[in-house]
Amino acid sequence: MSDIADRVKKIVVEHLGVDEDKVVESASFIDDLGADSLDTVELVMAFEEEFGIEIPDDAAETIQTVGDAVTFIKGAV
Amino acid sequence: MFDLTGKTALVTGASGGIGGAIAEALHQAGATVALSGTREAPLRALADKLGDRAHVVTADLGDPASVLALPKAAAEAMGSVDILVNNAGITRDNLFMRMSDEEWAQVLDVNLGSVFKLSRGVLRGMMKARWGRIVNITSVVGATGNPGQGNYAAAKAGVVGMSKSLAYEVASRGITVNCVAPGFIATPMTDKLTEDQKGKILTQIPAGQMGSPEDIAAAVLYLASPAAGYVTGATLHVNGGMAMI
Repeated sequence: MSDIADRVKKIVVEHLGVDEDKVVESASFIDDLGADSLDTVELVMAFEEEFGIEIPDDAAETIQTVGDAVTFIKGAV
Repeated sequence: MFDLTGKTALVTGASGGIGGAIAEALHQAGATVALSGTREAPLRALADKLGDRAHVVTADLGDPASVLALPKAAAEAMGSVDILVNNAGITRDNLFMRMSDEEWAQVLDVNLGSVFKLSRGVLRGMMKARWGRIVNITSVVGATGNPGQGNYAAAKAGVVGMSKSLAYEVASRGITVNCVAPGFIATPMTDKLTEDQKGKILTQIPAGQMGSPEDIAAAVLYLASPAAGYVTGATLHVNGGMAMI
């Protein structure tokens, strides 16, 4: 399970170019990690690819923090 | 001057005069091209003429399923779609007061709706590649209006506003979105005009002649090339001075 969290973290660090220690569960992509709306779309695309899942648009809208992403992906894989 | 070696381009309406010239220009600059249109025979003939690096992907842009499938089919044929040229279009001319809901809807659907859907369909790959070119063929009448073409002018003006909005959204990802607006271009359609009709049209054109499909293709080639990387949200008018806007 922690494997999923690590992979999510790695994607976020690579994509947003932020320090690893800032990517905590409660971190909001937009408010804390400096993502814009297009970044969040790209992150969702990257998660879909990494984990081989489909994230529908209405679900994507609920993924606002690193923890949200990990929780959703754990439920989907 | 404009090198597209290694790039892949999807051109809609490639069986027409302007679309064919665009495909040929991109191919000549080194791009791999996917030729799209409703009729396979003329596309196949063009692909055979171009030789290597030319694929045929038929699609009916009036059919939603066909529009949805086209970006995928093109990406499968070429490996990616780096350049999308939305050139296909239809006309259903009629006086405003006589225009049916169907004539309105068909033109808006194909000339504006499919441009939206095809652009959306290729964006994912372009975002990942951090490079992309979308070139939409609009028309001088989208800016000036034209009697009998309320539907066509609305769709073409719509393409300009849509292109600018998309240009904003994806500029930071190395993707540009631009329009080319042809004026009167000599095609099999204009060949059917009488000398008298042609004469009247020419009086409105400072250059004194109709444009050629190659004039449009050259504008598209520029906007599709790496050289135009800092140009986005623009409309390049190619009309012999007919409307200086």
